[in-house]
Amino acid sequence: MAELIRLEGIVKSFDDNIVLNGIDLSVDENEFVTLLGPSGCGKTTTLRIIGGFETPDQGRVYFNGVDITDMPANKRPINTVFQNYALFPHMDVGENIAFSLRVKGEDEKTIKKKVADALELVNLKGFEKRRIDQLSGGQQQRIAMARAIVNEPKVLLLDEPLGALDLKLRQEMEYELVRLKKELGITFIYITHDQEEALTMSDKVVVMNEGYIQQEGTPQEIYDEPVNAFVADFIGDSNILSGVMSDEKVVRIDGIDYPCIDGTEEGFPPRRKVDVVIRPEDIDIVPYGKGLWNGTITSKLFIGVHYEMLVQSETGKIEWLLQNYDQHEVGEKIGMYVDPENIQIMHKPKSEAEAAIEIDL
Amino acid sequence: MLIVMLFLYLPILTLIVLSFNEVKSMSVWGGFSLKWYQELFQSRLMMGAIVNTFSIAILAALIATVVGTMAVLGMAAMKPRTQNTLLGINNIPMLNADIVTGIALMLFFLMVGAPRGYMTILFSHATFCIPYVILSVRPRVNRSTDRLYEAALDLGASERYAFRKIVLPELWPGITSGFLLSFTMSVDDFIITYFTRGAGINTISTLIYSEVKIGIRPSLFALSTIVFVVALAVLLAVNVRQSRADREDNTLQTA
Ligand SMILES: Nc1ncnc2c1ncn2[C@@H]1O[C@H](COP(=O)(O)OP(=O)(O)O)[C@@H](O)[C@H]1O
Ligand SMILES: [Mg+2]
Repeated sequence: MAELIRLEGIVKSFDDNIVLNGIDLSVDENEFVTLLGPSGCGKTTTLRIIGGFETPDQGRVYFNGVDITDMPANKRPINTVFQNYALFPHMDVGENIAFSLRVKGEDEKTIKKKVADALELVNLKGFEKRRIDQLSGGQQQRIAMARAIVNEPKVLLLDEPLGALDLKLRQEMEYELVRLKKELGITFIYITHDQEEALTMSDKVVVMNEGYIQQEGTPQEIYDEPVNAFVADFIGDSNILSGVMSDEKVVRIDGIDYPCIDGTEEGFPPRRKVDVVIRPEDIDIVPYGKGLWNGTITSKLFIGVHYEMLVQSETGKIEWLLQNYDQHEVGEKIGMYVDPENIQIMHKPKSEAEAAIEIDL
Repeated sequence: MLIVMLFLYLPILTLIVLSFNEVKSMSVWGGFSLKWYQELFQSRLMMGAIVNTFSIAILAALIATVVGTMAVLGMAAMKPRTQNTLLGINNIPMLNADIVTGIALMLFFLMVGAPRGYMTILFSHATFCIPYVILSVRPRVNRSTDRLYEAALDLGASERYAFRKIVLPELWPGITSGFLLSFTMSVDDFIITYFTRGAGINTISTLIYSEVKIGIRPSLFALSTIVFVVALAVLLAVNVRQSRADREDNTLQTA
């Protein structure tokens, strides 16, 4: 697919605070890309640079191969659904949606039709005359969508559009967004700090932290092969442990050697300090003494289809999180085994502080 | 509470009643009459004062509103620290005693050699009203106004269009209350006017002051009644606006 937007080496700081640390990002036409990361990691700033509301200190922004870094926001074929919707309070719903059409000088008949169509698209047919303050949060969110897409932008930027909604409404809106995206056939760049949202909707997830891109890939890749402990921790429950490569394709955690599939070739030579992720569902329970290591179940919780257990390892230092379909009792002594394929070896996280430490090593 | 109200309003009520009194007495009711109003409207002196007062009030309020609003917009582009300093400076003239402001302005006009008269009063009034305009418009310029402005740009509007269609309507309640506040402040003012007017020009307040020295005529009651009614009307207008704006804000928050 053709590349539509490219960020090259974007650096941005406010006062002395470096917010973006060299962001490189490529977004294809018709792609649903999600920027995922904790609050304050620079997601909104990245989006504002794409939208034209901030100028990067360094780096360029390209649209369809054309450098648009210095193009003002009102000239870019990009529209935004803002975090707090930013609906115009003194205009009714119809006038809000019509705004960009009026700016363009469309005639009254076209405006009326397009507004009605946009409202139908967001399932709020006939809402033209409503006042903004009469709308619920979910409705405001839909109107903000309608206003942003009525002028058929090439790219829609969405800054945590579901953040203010309650859980049930949020899940409903996730389906809506995916449907809308399909019907419109345009590119979505979406921001969230909610990993579940990111994984369910996106074609590509870009995990950010402290102004760095930590990892980008399909939701599957991000979940299955996190490149560092930060990503692993941010995406779902995990056992994240500090370890060291004790031999070629062997990692030692808490005094126990585990065979794994990463070695020198993958960038993890012996004696390298690493982070290790083991997903709770990848730990098999075997009879005591038959596994790689042993432990005692300290707590058990039934959550829907499976049990979640905490297991204290015999060496005593680590509390493992396990998910299993079989029932085991608290106090039971068990053996545990992990397939080498499911032991994910990772570099220490990429951030200013950690980077400095890595150089010292 | 009732007693307080009585103390506050009884004198004004007496004044209004007396202004309709047939006879020139402060204690005897001689029947209803409009003759003092007639005398008022026939007196060139008094009519001149009325015209001066209200034309100065309207012009000063207009100037103060435009300048004050522009100052607020200019400030919005500055750093928060600078803004706070400026706001502090803005508050000083309001806390200052009128007599100090009045004398200072008089000295200023003497120094630059401006002939004192209508224009100096107008200039002074516009000056002392500006801080009040800034104080009432400024709260309307905030994060949410910024966001709305950006949203308008995002939808393709030019900066001018976004300002006119989106920002100005947001500021409007602040601008109108700033204007009305300035208007009443100007009508009310005596001290600053007294020091900055030239000989031969009077506003209602300076006229009453000089007339009282000669002796009170009931037509002054009529004049005061008119001032009171106008002030009351403006005050009501401000209050109605305010409560309507509050109501809108409330519904916005609960939505
Ligand atoms: N206009 C600004 N002035 C100063 N600091 C800012 C500004 N905008 C953002 N920041 C800072 O930049 C950092 C990243 O902000 P943001 O991009 O909004 O993060 P996110 O959207 O991921 O929560 C935060 O620490 C924030 O305080
Ligand atoms: Mg944000």
